[in-house]
Amino acid sequence: MTFQIAVNGINRSVDVDGDTPLLWVLRDVLGMTGTKFGCGAALCGACTVHIDGVATRSCITPIDSIGDSQVTTIEAIGATSAGARIQRAWLDREVPQCGYCQSGQIMSAAALLANNPHPTDTDIDDAMSGNICRCGTYLRIREAIKKAAQSTGQGG
Amino acid sequence: MIRDRNVQARDLDQTGSASNLSRRRLLQAGAAAGGGLMLSLSLPFVGRHSEALAADEFAPNAFIRIGSDGRIVLTMPYVEMGQGTYTSVPMLIAEELEVDLKQVQLEHAPPNEKLYANPLLGVQATGNSNAMRGAWKPLREAGATARTMLVAAAAERWSVDAKSCRAQNGEVVHAPTGRRLGYGELAAAAATMPVPASVALKAPSEFKLIGTPAKRLDLPAKVNGTAVYGIDVRPPGVKIATLAQSPVFGGRVKSLDDTAATAVKGVRQIVRLDDAVAVVADHMGSAKKGLAALRIEWDDGPHAKLTTADVARELEQVTLASGAVAQNIGDAEKALAGAATKIEATYQVPFLAHATMEPMNCTVHVRQDGCEIWVGTQALARVQASAAKTLGLPLEKVAVHNHLIGGGFGRRLDVDGVVRAVEIAQRVDGPVKVVWTRADDIQHDMYRPNWFDRISAGLDTKGIPVAWSHRFAGSSVVARWAPPFFKNGLDADSTEGAVDLVYALPSMHVEYVRVEPPGIPTAFWRSVGPSHNVFVVESFMDELAAAAKQDPVAYRLALLDKTPRAKAVLALAAEKAGWGQPLRERIGRGVSLQHVFATYLAVVAEVEVSEEGSVRVRRVVCAVDCGTAINPDTVQAQIQSAVIFGITAALHGQVTLKGGRVEQSNFHY
Repeated sequence: MTFQIAVNGINRSVDVDGDTPLLWVLRDVLGMTGTKFGCGAALCGACTVHIDGVATRSCITPIDSIGDSQVTTIEAIGATSAGARIQRAWLDREVPQCGYCQSGQIMSAAALLANNPHPTDTDIDDAMSGNICRCGTYLRIREAIKKAAQSTGQGG
Repeated sequence: MIRDRNVQARDLDQTGSASNLSRRRLLQAGAAAGGGLMLSLSLPFVGRHSEALAADEFAPNAFIRIGSDGRIVLTMPYVEMGQGTYTSVPMLIAEELEVDLKQVQLEHAPPNEKLYANPLLGVQATGNSNAMRGAWKPLREAGATARTMLVAAAAERWSVDAKSCRAQNGEVVHAPTGRRLGYGELAAAAATMPVPASVALKAPSEFKLIGTPAKRLDLPAKVNGTAVYGIDVRPPGVKIATLAQSPVFGGRVKSLDDTAATAVKGVRQIVRLDDAVAVVADHMGSAKKGLAALRIEWDDGPHAKLTTADVARELEQVTLASGAVAQNIGDAEKALAGAATKIEATYQVPFLAHATMEPMNCTVHVRQDGCEIWVGTQALARVQASAAKTLGLPLEKVAVHNHLIGGGFGRRLDVDGVVRAVEIAQRVDGPVKVVWTRADDIQHDMYRPNWFDRISAGLDTKGIPVAWSHRFAGSSVVARWAPPFFKNGLDADSTEGAVDLVYALPSMHVEYVRVEPPGIPTAFWRSVGPSHNVFVVESFMDELAAAAKQDPVAYRLALLDKTPRAKAVLALAAEKAGWGQPLRERIGRGVSLQHVFATYLAVVAEVEVSEEGSVRVRRVVCAVDCGTAINPDTVQAQIQSAVIFGITAALHGQVTLKGGRVEQSNFHY
């Protein structure tokens, strides 16, 4: 069946079963491979996108649940203030190693910062604990989120 | 020495409780386009590469290509999987070539063992923690050779002595007259210059890049979604497949009913192999849905009743008899008999999964006259060879494109996933990307071996060790992966960390017994041998200190007079950790010291154990002496990474089998 979804501000039309997870629509149907597959069961966070600004695991989000909501992915998060600051802090602090989980980490962190400009360590742990990184970049992720929180939208 | 590189992971305070850790981690778990003048390392400086040349390009060796537009492309012989090689290797070349890192572009090397073999491994592979050790001299020589030829070209153009010219920032400068020419302007002429028989490398005091923290070149693409991993490739018309492999190692498909699966929208084809079934579809959503709809009956084969306890019991038994002697110093048996105190212990460590964040995947297009493969691999030439063998094709008919790796840890030194993808692609018209589910990735991993150790020591009346006897049993990964390197019952990996200890031990006897677990594949896993041996040796050193009623750090330091670098890292870690300073109840410190992979490293962990017995790592201090740190920030990142990888494995990691089946299946917490 055909679904209309808004991804990064663009309306897209896809013909898939209604229970198809958004992750595969993004990656395999629309060719937006920045969003990653890690576990398929909302256990690792690699597939995190924003749905109306809320960090959401796309691997368990069926396409027929999205409706008119706005989907934002790693490819466009730099256009938001919080996303741009997070990306800059990620580079400043040299966070990624293999980098595979970092799209999801950045999406979770950007959602956190957009809703909570000055997160505490506990806030950071709560927001980020569902995002696994096998390279163990957790220390730098926390440092980078704090750095992003201290920066301004322009540069920081 | 980089003694100042001790990493104080204080922030573990906030995340290090066992429950939090468990929530966060796996618990159980061409050459130049357009050609160029190419010389290889293996056949040094003997002639042109067979690729067609562009007249205005300069490619003095297999690693460097400079176009007339000034574009500098460096070909990376080692793969990037998070360890920073794609920055550290360019630093080596750029240092001698006299270019800024910002001026270079990177390309993945194609499969070519003659050009791109790791000199320390003899094969084109990235592993064993030795890319930088292998690259250190040849890649600086590659840069220096190119620089020398560019300078020679400029000197000829200006009719001056080359000695009066110098290279800097991608230009050759003639200081007396102030003339300068960019490398791009010199590229065509440089390609005609004689290749120097030898080149002078910079003295460390002249280094501008080496030893200075450099921004990683691979990171911008890793924060905006544009980095391309193997799983991201999309050749035109590609189909997506996922698969079910026999839940018991060595099992076979007995019967298959794919009626419901083929009815799933988007499912295009079912591929039945001997021991697996794949569902080929338009997208992974359809493939997984089709997979769930398959009705497969398996013939479990000979390992249907295997449990991890069976494997452990066998290892325990075989260590009662002697094995291959890995090291013998003095007469440990006699010294043990005469010791004032005798201490014995046994240890066992479990199978561990790699659980790379990027699940196993490989994209293959089998055509009538050849095969094209897209994958992220640590062993590119092995991928090519295994695909060629599977298809009965000559090597040159198999093109392999390497990609960024979403976690290697040794898993992608193996090519089982490539062979599997080729077998499926052989039966599919057009390119197919085979992506494993996480469950398959965990349950058909090739595991860090489990081991069983018996160890004993004798102390004199002062508590000083006079005898050390250690026998252990487990799988040899090397014996499978590189059979020629398993000799006389031994290999360097299985025993690393158990032999050549840093401590002064007047008598020592170490034996290894190779035992392969039935049906269970084992593989390299972020250090492999040392991940087991260091744990055993250092745990047992604590037992000796306790028996001698001495402080564990002081006890070790007293045995390190002949290994000053080991002593230095231990002393530094202890000092920075506040060793000896009082801690409140239920908090303690543990220490460990190792010399493996040519690096000295000491760790002090501050750990809290709750009334209920849960373990919380509060703080980890690590002192590292790895020699020259080419990119110090990468060294720090790697140590932070390894500490967390180690904590994860120590507190939570294990793969267990019941009824021949791996019990873990995902990042459960």
